[in-house]
Amino acid sequence: MSDTVQDRQINRSQMQVSDEIAIDITNMNKWYGTFHVLRDINLTVQRGERIVICGPSGSGKSTLIRCINRLEEHQKGTIMVEGTELSSDLKNIDKIRSEVGMCFQHFNLFPHLTILENCTLAPIWVRKTPKKEAEATAMHFLEKVKIPDQALKYPGQLSGGQQQRVAIARSLCMKPRIMLFDEPTSALDPEMIKEVLDTMIELAEEGMTMLCVTHEMGFAQAVANRVIFMDQGQIVEQNEPKEFFNNPQSDRTKLFLSQILGH
Amino acid sequence: MSDTDSQVTNAYFRETMLAQQTPPVTETGAIKWLRENLFPTWLNGIMTIVALYAIWFILSHIGPWFLNGIWDAQSLSECREIRDATLGPDASAACFAVISDRWQQLVFGFYPQSAYWRPTLAFFLMLAGLAPVLFGAIPRRWLTASMLTPFVIYFLLWGGSVWVPAFIALGFVVGGLTARVLGRLNQMVALIGTVLIVGLYWAFIAVPLANAVHSILPIGIMAIPSSEFGGFMLSVVIGMAAIILSLPLGIVLALARASDLFLVNKLAIGFIEIIRGVPLIVWLFTASLLLNYFLPPGTNFDLTLRVIIMVTLFSAAYIAEVVRGGLAAVPKGQYEGADSLGLDYWQSMRLIVLPQALKISIPGIVNTFIGLFKDTTLVVFIGLLDPLGLTNSIRASTDWNGIYWELYVFIGLMFFIACYAMGRYSMYLERKLQRENR
Ligand SMILES: Nc1ncnc2c1ncn2[C@@H]1O[C@H](COP(=O)(O)OP(=O)(O)O)[C@@H](O)[C@H]1O
Ligand SMILES: [Mg+2]
Repeated sequence: MSDTVQDRQINRSQMQVSDEIAIDITNMNKWYGTFHVLRDINLTVQRGERIVICGPSGSGKSTLIRCINRLEEHQKGTIMVEGTELSSDLKNIDKIRSEVGMCFQHFNLFPHLTILENCTLAPIWVRKTPKKEAEATAMHFLEKVKIPDQALKYPGQLSGGQQQRVAIARSLCMKPRIMLFDEPTSALDPEMIKEVLDTMIELAEEGMTMLCVTHEMGFAQAVANRVIFMDQGQIVEQNEPKEFFNNPQSDRTKLFLSQILGH
Repeated sequence: MSDTDSQVTNAYFRETMLAQQTPPVTETGAIKWLRENLFPTWLNGIMTIVALYAIWFILSHIGPWFLNGIWDAQSLSECREIRDATLGPDASAACFAVISDRWQQLVFGFYPQSAYWRPTLAFFLMLAGLAPVLFGAIPRRWLTASMLTPFVIYFLLWGGSVWVPAFIALGFVVGGLTARVLGRLNQMVALIGTVLIVGLYWAFIAVPLANAVHSILPIGIMAIPSSEFGGFMLSVVIGMAAIILSLPLGIVLALARASDLFLVNKLAIGFIEIIRGVPLIVWLFTASLLLNYFLPPGTNFDLTLRVIIMVTLFSAAYIAEVVRGGLAAVPKGQYEGADSLGLDYWQSMRLIVLPQALKISIPGIVNTFIGLFKDTTLVVFIGLLDPLGLTNSIRASTDWNGIYWELYVFIGLMFFIACYAMGRYSMYLERKLQRENR
């Protein structure tokens, strides 16, 4: 669909997948009332894996990744994140959330705090990092996403692309082991998509474990080592990107790909 | 000059420029303004004339009464004599002398004259204590001093042993320590434990302990029973205490009502609906007649304090509903953003949700406070001498028998000033917060 990342050289030296397990989901089911949103999800994510999740709207992609940091509660099966099982124990949930960063479609920056305060808030209150140290870390990550000069502005003064990069920096300040992205570029104007994808690619090059819900197939081909296709609450097909795009197995995947790639 | 005068050498553009003319009178200054703003159409013109007539009618009646006002007299009859002598018996003239004669009573009630310095000092302490809270520009560490002012003010107004307010204030230190110790175990345990221990401390330990210390080390000033409080002092004491206490209580109630915990949620709903559903005056009678039944036997709890508690609970119910509206207006994404960073419930409320919800709620909160402040005049029905109650005592003297309007105008003006100031502050705050995070 988009070729914004095609021309970029990807540095794969650190993009190795280890055999340690980051996320292990077994037989997970979720209902909204009587509506069965997720059916028998089984998914194991190794450390360093970069997974792209795609599928038609309403297929449960957001719900799946929101279950991983307990923004949504699952009703059946187990989810293990970094060796801790997600149960209703609040201590576990807060611990997992501080290890798992998340970026949302609409950024969800805190409008009443400056960019810098957005980035230092969680390290100071959750990790109990001293303020000076937290600010230094925040500036480091703001430089990484290339907006250190906006640190003292408020989110409302930034463009959408800048806000999403701040949101990524804010998550990174917690030094998470896993990053979740829920359609991070869908709310952006086309000219801003590239700057956000570039930031995400850099993250991938550093070996971050990533789960991205996105329809940016260029991004999937460039950095993903696995693409997952979901439909009607199920994982229909998963494969490494080249196979996935060139040789889709199920009819639903073929249909979806033909729609999204405009063939 | 007009076009035809100039030499037309080219059919398409002007070669000589026209001199500027002054616009016609109907298009300038006052006349233009009048036409555009007051008489744009026939109907608006007629309404303007009717409105002007109404304003003139009111002013022509009140104006002379006000401007002829007599400020220097000892009694209403003396006022009348002065008027008859200077303006004639038919003239309309206010007798503001009642205010110059009795203003101390309107301000302090029956508070002993020799101790007027105490409420006066307390008033300025209150302003000093509020300043850091109201205006962010003042250094933050002054806030700690602000937290102490209510206890100093209580000591100044009620007098008695210095140890009583001191040991009451110590309750907060006890609470802080309990919360810190129990906080290591579990947040819920810490919350319930702290409330329980501080409650027990205040109910059974603080006052006996203060008395014991006082018998060893008696420090204090003359005790003045609150039945001698009155006038604007009483309104301000009840109003300010209720305002300051009802804001945190209202926020807690709003959070409880928005909570998922079944019991907490239902208790908050019950409390808010019952308090809101019954007129304030009924609660004031409850405070004056019934509340003692619920207190430990033998304690004779100060009536003014009982009224403060009732007015606080009443206003907290309203604040809770205003803040609930603010909470609902904070986008779901803000809660999720806070959750996804690992902030716990109290952190995400305090740092993310409440600052935004309260900002939205400012107009409603201040509106509630203005209503609350004016409602303090209802205490006249349970025998407290607020300014309105004092008008009766002033009329009861032979000197001022029969005087009405002058007192009510004065009282109305004082309330107006206080409420208008609150309204302006709310607008200042809204604009400031708007500027801070565009
Ligand atoms: N809070 C909710 N309550 C009820 N149904 C929901 C809720 N959130 C999502 N759904 C439904 O669950 C399905 C999956 O939603 P979602 O995970 O957002 O899909 P996707 O992200 O793939 O577009 C959709 O049909 C949606 O309508
Ligand atoms: Mg979605």
